[in-house]
Amino acid sequence: MAKEITYLEAIREALVEEMRRDPKVFVLGEDVGPYGGAFGVTQGIVDEFGEARCLDTPISESAIVGVSIGASLRGYRPVAEMQFADFISCGFDQIVNQAATLRYRYGGRATVPIVIRAPSGGNVGGGLYHSQNPEGWFIHRPGLKVVAPSTPYDAKGLLKAAIRDDNPVVYFEHKYLYRRAKGPVPEGDEIVPIGVAAIRRPGSDATLVTYGAMVQPSLEAADRLAKEGVEVEVIDLRSLLPYDKAALFTSIEKTSRLLIVHEDVKTLGIGSELAAVAVEEWFELLDAPVMRVTYPDTHPPFSQILEQFTLPNVAKITEALQRLAAY
Amino acid sequence: MPPIKRTKFKLSTDELLEMFYWLKLIRAFDERLSLLVRQGKVRSGVYTGIGQEAIIVGTCFGLRKDDYICPLHRDLGAFLMKGVEPRVMMAQMFGKATGLSKGRDSALHSGVPELGIFGNTSMLGANLPVAAGIALTFKMEQKDNVVVAYFGEGASNTGDFHEALNFAGVNKLPVVFICENNLYAYSVPIEKAMAIEDVAVRAEGYGFDGVAINGNDVLAVYQSMKGARRRARAGEGPTLIECKTYRWHGHSEHDKAFYRTPEELAMWKSRDPLVTFTPYLTHMNVLTPEKEQETEARIKDVLDDAVRFAEDSPDPAPEEAVNDLYA
Repeated sequence: MAKEITYLEAIREALVEEMRRDPKVFVLGEDVGPYGGAFGVTQGIVDEFGEARCLDTPISESAIVGVSIGASLRGYRPVAEMQFADFISCGFDQIVNQAATLRYRYGGRATVPIVIRAPSGGNVGGGLYHSQNPEGWFIHRPGLKVVAPSTPYDAKGLLKAAIRDDNPVVYFEHKYLYRRAKGPVPEGDEIVPIGVAAIRRPGSDATLVTYGAMVQPSLEAADRLAKEGVEVEVIDLRSLLPYDKAALFTSIEKTSRLLIVHEDVKTLGIGSELAAVAVEEWFELLDAPVMRVTYPDTHPPFSQILEQFTLPNVAKITEALQRLAAY
Repeated sequence: MPPIKRTKFKLSTDELLEMFYWLKLIRAFDERLSLLVRQGKVRSGVYTGIGQEAIIVGTCFGLRKDDYICPLHRDLGAFLMKGVEPRVMMAQMFGKATGLSKGRDSALHSGVPELGIFGNTSMLGANLPVAAGIALTFKMEQKDNVVVAYFGEGASNTGDFHEALNFAGVNKLPVVFICENNLYAYSVPIEKAMAIEDVAVRAEGYGFDGVAINGNDVLAVYQSMKGARRRARAGEGPTLIECKTYRWHGHSEHDKAFYRTPEELAMWKSRDPLVTFTPYLTHMNVLTPEKEQETEARIKDVLDDAVRFAEDSPDPAPEEAVNDLYA
């Protein structure tokens, strides 16, 4: 039976259910204990599982990740919370040089089953250090997996998949969606596999690829285009590393047009890679240049005026789709 | 140089001879590697610990198989003492398929979880939070295993060092932090890198004891380690043991180490851990000239066999460059 819950509740449900299922799963991070996390994601977890499995840590992102790696070497499945994705830079070395390379340099003799939860994204007035979308840093690092759910259903199913995965997974949960995204989530053990995209809206005239908080405005823009007689297929990547190349190919084969939308900055965001693959491998399928609607190459500003200028939105996506369809 | 203390603890003749064997083997292994570099048979990645052997022998001797070590780039001997075959270590240095990392790294950035060996990355200090994570799991399971985490005095200036010691201190984790203070971080002397004389005092800031000892005295190291190990096993938390020592060679084999004087090197060579330990063994009637010759012959056989094995081993298949990235 599916009940309606928020994106944030879905994340918590996944944590609680996985902790009940597997005693090797535990959470750690700043304020995750009695306080319940800066956003309330871990509320109640310490009451059910105790402090040993819901560990408040000092402000030490590098140690939080490093400790998680150490525990994973002994068969544990730690879920580390970065209070904000922006702070993940303080744990960067442990993620990219320690966790990502460990199996490789151990000749395949070890696994690092850790999950790093990173609340990301803007449109909440967070300013420079509470709004970032640093997923581009991590999709550039082999050995990691990177996911970014857009719905409560996926938030739960992808977190379960991430916890059960034997590789380090960076899990980007979008802050804007925490309480705004609400939807049906099955009670049972529904897993959303890593690496599989979802078609949110079928269409035959253009392909729009996006993820996270950009899925909703993309769908709204596609609805506007439908009124103009253009059917846009909206693909929610859900996983950024690995991403679902087959789903992209199938769609582009049908539509011959590609627009990529993301909240990460433009230069070397995942859109750069998707565009490169499209022209490198599917050049003859394309009837128009690959287009992108992204954050400009700047920092997330605080003022609402400035932030609305930077964020992709329905109007910007609609305009790009119109240009793409008319080409 | 203070004379070696007469031991208050009981080590049998066999145990003392075993210590002697390890000191000699580790020295000879590094010397052989140095020669192989000059012969062009080993390309790079050789960071010898010649002069520092007493630290490894004094801390690894008496460890249990289910204790963990987190050795440094200079600690090849720790891999050997924890159970990796000399021929596998040699193959690792040759970059062969039979090495620990299948040719992916010639240095000691590998590990063997089933032997309790977790190797470092090149980001010095980054192994310390991981050591704390391993120790956290022992505490969770209420087991009496210990984790031995090695670092240089140079790494004690990194953030990871402070985050890890703080984390281990506040959680009373069973870690013994071993500082191999060889007075130089590559070329930078300690007095340019820290405003204190003893790294050991840094432990106090994290709520546990630090002690500075003569790191060239294998029995002094063993004695300190034994106490620290006992406290860790009893749940009394971490200890920092700073072992004052000196590396005879440069930072790596291509470093001519012009930044220090011949007089300084000569003075430290007079404190050679072998030269000071051997007369003690002779005096105690533990070591006879025959036994010494026997040990040297045995070590020569071990190393000849290791080099032969490494030379005869196959190179890795080229595609190993992209294998073992994911479990």
